[in-house]
Amino acid sequence: MSLKRFINDSKKYWEVARYSAKSSLKSEVANSHLSWLWWILDPLLFMLVYSFIALIVFGRGEKYFAAFVFIGLSSWTFFSKTVRQSVRLVSQNSSIVSKVYLPKYVLVYSQMCVNGFKMLVSYVLVVGVMVIYRVPISFNILYVIPLFLTLLVMTFGVSTIMLHFGVFIDDLYNIVNVLLKLLFYLSGVFYNIANKNIPEPYSSLLLKGNPVAFIMNELRKCMIYSTTPNLRLLGIWFVVGIILSMVGVKIIYKYENSYVKVV
Amino acid sequence: MESKEYAIEVDDLKIRYRCLNKISLKDSLLSLRKSRVETFEAVKGISFKVPKGEIMGIIGKNGSGKSTLLRALAGIFAADEGTIDLHGHSVSLLSIGVGFQKKLTGRENILLSGMLLGFSEAAVRRKMDEIITFSELGDFIDRPVKTYSSGMHSKLAFSITAILETEIMLIDEVLSVGDAKFKKKSFKKMKQLISNKERTVIIVSHNSETIKKLCDSVLWIHDGRIKMQGKTEEVLPEYEMFMD
Repeated sequence: MSLKRFINDSKKYWEVARYSAKSSLKSEVANSHLSWLWWILDPLLFMLVYSFIALIVFGRGEKYFAAFVFIGLSSWTFFSKTVRQSVRLVSQNSSIVSKVYLPKYVLVYSQMCVNGFKMLVSYVLVVGVMVIYRVPISFNILYVIPLFLTLLVMTFGVSTIMLHFGVFIDDLYNIVNVLLKLLFYLSGVFYNIANKNIPEPYSSLLLKGNPVAFIMNELRKCMIYSTTPNLRLLGIWFVVGIILSMVGVKIIYKYENSYVKVV
Repeated sequence: MESKEYAIEVDDLKIRYRCLNKISLKDSLLSLRKSRVETFEAVKGISFKVPKGEIMGIIGKNGSGKSTLLRALAGIFAADEGTIDLHGHSVSLLSIGVGFQKKLTGRENILLSGMLLGFSEAAVRRKMDEIITFSELGDFIDRPVKTYSSGMHSKLAFSITAILETEIMLIDEVLSVGDAKFKKKSFKKMKQLISNKERTVIIVSHNSETIKKLCDSVLWIHDGRIKMQGKTEEVLPEYEMFMD
């Protein structure tokens, strides 16, 4: 019942989300001096910052380090940005939300399109770096498809739930910000959790119990280290992502019409 | 029984606002058990039917629940009790300051608003020129909406809803948009729109003149309840007497 409505609404409002994402990317370009260059500069500069920290401060790198950091950073930025923005999505769009009905997770779609596009650009850079390093690739690279799918589902699930609670809890934004920062350092964006001499069971907990760290790590495995990802765990996280999305969509459907009364 | 075709059927509609609903974490931790929710009922059980093609005015003093009722009809508010049945008609709400994304240009906002009203991208593009011409915005149409003056803002909003016609139109005090010239033009357009026999229109206004000129029937709401309902010439004099 709810699933059918979800599919119908998604079809109906997909164009709105896509167009809104396209125009907001366009306006970003129009409003900054270096325009689209930022989509490249942003990941590039942050890659340099974290490479500096890892190589100079901690004195420890990984094989194909630039590609290693890039993959982590691109995936992480997509996840964290979308989740963080979701918390305030309804109040930021209050002028639209209070004038016309739309399923509120459509706002998440739009945000995911914007951030997804930026992630795509930064993955083009990953490929560039891989070419420079002459990284050997194997058929394992095809596993990026289920891995990205899991990342999308996971991000959507967490974001829809954040969107709902963000409407009612004023300071959720601060809390989410701190938690994301913590998660950032725990996810091994610029270091390899497995190589850090972290005692068990914490090491596997960090690597397997944190979906973002897990996806990041498996992406690196199949893209630059030519190994097969842990498919069983990938399946589990995919299912968890689906469940979170279902819960998120369900509570949004249940409560979305009272959002306007609060914002 | 007369078999009239209704466009809108509202049955025992109640809408409540929960005051203090927005909480901070500290508050919720400090008062874990008692959830102090003050509710305020803006619409207290309203039932009415609007036949297809009718133009109905809603009158009442400030804070009587008119706008809330209108938003509920547009599907923006959930009914806390009771039902609203629009029989599958498309509906648009025309009110002062229609929601725009400030960073985007007027043209982009036309497309977005149109799509949110349920039109396809192609359909909005077909009407695009007509909307732009009607809005009299000229070159500003390709600039971000945040650069618009408030008059331009409402001109654009009016043009979108006026040109993209829906089967049910809900109008919230917008019959006086822009400068004198545009006001005249928009009033003319409005009259032409609502005189279409297929279209059902609900107008909220404080201006008795507009109601008298445009509406077939009037619904008078007082403190969230229906005070009187009937033909314009019956209800309006009573209302004016009451307000004096």
